Amino acid sequence: MIERTDPWIPESYHIVKTWREIPDTFTMELKPTDGREIPRFASGQFNMLYVFGVGEIPVSISGDPSQRGILTHTTRAVGAVSRALCDLKEGAVVGVRGPYGSHWPVAEAMGKDVVIAAGGLGLAPLRSAVREIVAARERFGKVSVLYGARTVEDILFRRELEGWRARFDLDVYVTVDHADAAWRGSVGVVTRFVARAAFNPEQVVAMVCGPEVMMRYTARELEKCGVVDDAIYLSMERNMKCAVGLCGHCQFQQFFVCKDGPVFAYHRVKSLLAKGEI
Amino acid sequence: MDGEAILEYTDLSQLLSVLHGYGYTVIGPTLRDGAIVYDEVETLADFPVGYTDVQDAGTYRVARRTDDAVFGYTVGPHSYKQFLHPAVVSLWEATRTDGEMTIRTTPAPGAKYAFLGARSCELHALAVQDRVLYQGAYPDPVYAAVRESLFIVAVNCAHAGGTCFCVSMGTGPHATSGFDLSLTEVQGEGAHYFVVEVGSERGGEIFRQVPHRAANADESAAAERVVAEVAGQMGRTLDTDDLRDMLYRNLEHPRWEEIERRCLSCGNCTLVCPTCFCTTVNDVTDLSGQHAERVRTWDSCFTADFSYIHGGSVRASVRSRYRQWMTHKLASWIDQFGTAGCVGCGRCVTWCPVGIDITEEVRGIRLTDGALSGQP
Repeated sequence: MIERTDPWIPESYHIVKTWREIPDTFTMELKPTDGREIPRFASGQFNMLYVFGVGEIPVSISGDPSQRGILTHTTRAVGAVSRALCDLKEGAVVGVRGPYGSHWPVAEAMGKDVVIAAGGLGLAPLRSAVREIVAARERFGKVSVLYGARTVEDILFRRELEGWRARFDLDVYVTVDHADAAWRGSVGVVTRFVARAAFNPEQVVAMVCGPEVMMRYTARELEKCGVVDDAIYLSMERNMKCAVGLCGHCQFQQFFVCKDGPVFAYHRVKSLLAKGEI
Repeated sequence: MDGEAILEYTDLSQLLSVLHGYGYTVIGPTLRDGAIVYDEVETLADFPVGYTDVQDAGTYRVARRTDDAVFGYTVGPHSYKQFLHPAVVSLWEATRTDGEMTIRTTPAPGAKYAFLGARSCELHALAVQDRVLYQGAYPDPVYAAVRESLFIVAVNCAHAGGTCFCVSMGTGPHATSGFDLSLTEVQGEGAHYFVVEVGSERGGEIFRQVPHRAANADESAAAERVVAEVAGQMGRTLDTDDLRDMLYRNLEHPRWEEIERRCLSCGNCTLVCPTCFCTTVNDVTDLSGQHAERVRTWDSCFTADFSYIHGGSVRASVRSRYRQWMTHKLASWIDQFGTAGCVGCGRCVTWCPVGIDITEEVRGIRLTDGALSGQP
């Protein structure tokens, strides 16, 4: 038998707490079973989460990178693995590999204005970045959070969004695609807030995460406002099996989304996003 | 040992014995089910002596030769990736007890292989896979275990196949590096011998134990003639000039739709390709539910599942899957790994059930470079 260091082996974690955020989306807090610290991660990175005997999926980290004791993940229960993950109770054991991939340019954004634009579940990986920015608020210029959900019931992290909105140093815009008369907020696509947000287009970093079409239009709006394409960052989603560039599933022309991404400067992927089925 | 040496045909089996003596499992060409495939070889009788193959787009036939050539054919449906990067491999096993989970790496088979009869295109394919699976930030442990103990006896091709284009890809036919020993088979006027070149210290150590003599100038020249003639016999050509950028600027070329009408999306090309490395994993449990295993299998970018994310496949059309495969081989592979992913072995052309020919498709796109399909 040959001794190997193995990128395929998950580490054991316990579920400390799990709860539903909105009807199809849940958050879980995890702790290593042997009491060690969680590996250092940066906002925007992801882990591979394994449910015993069911399978493994990539899930972005939604927690604060400065919090070393607990690992927080938020995802939607849509497939066999994410549903099984959602059904697990507190105390259950899951496998974790990671963290993997590129991260949000939080350090590069220091001293500049920041635009955070999220659609749907896209707020999960951006929550890490917002928390990091809020924790060192004085180091950033104007900070805007633009968030769009399908319906009022689909607004993720609603209490946290309200908390951010209550601060004087964050501009928070929330909109939904459809709402009934009880909703007093905005209805429409999130992209239209880009022009309304206060930022200096020459001194801004934009971080965008959501469905591909939402990211494309948001990036386009930002460019219309004078933001250059290398100050805009997107987080791509692709099928992933290994997360270390060996399985080939996440290829996006020359990129492996797992290791070259998921966070990309817009100028690197702009022409590919305009084409279909790459 | 300096210079080239001569190994007589009748002493080839001695080389096999020495390799076996060193504990190698020797993998060589054998005839099975009407094709020349790689398998374990014990004696010279296991080799397809006196056989050749006839290949063209979508067709492969084994035929008798009029001589006793040991290596008188090109490459068949197998490549070495089945040994280094097996089609099915268990990665790890897990046990669950009282809410705890223990995961252990499945022990590597740790096989010690000697590949006897590796063609130049195969050596280049190995070098390509090394870059992908071995030299990156996360070397694949399964590949590494086999790669590190590998012994390679190369063979310079004595004839080119109908779908070969190694000359175009700069990967052959002459094996120049990446081997421990290399053989060039020479026949004629009652003589039948191999001109041997030693490529490594280990190769020298092993070869010293096999009966041989120094090659004279005529014999060395005869071997050179064999290789030079083959270079002029390529069944196919592929113009690689500006190839990456040419493909990148033609992602919306109408040719992709035309290919879609013929392509069955069967994935044969990805299975026979010596460099295609994509895999998927299956997580399974036993009936008790307390033991789980992760099994890795070859996957193909031609399946709909390959690019599936919530909401559907990224590459829903066959057009986009063929485009992914071909542009990966000939264009994006260069960005990813500093080399093309194609070694010109011609397997994808031969084993395509409808005879789609990568060299022909590139030619078709190049001919109308810049044409745009009607699709958005």
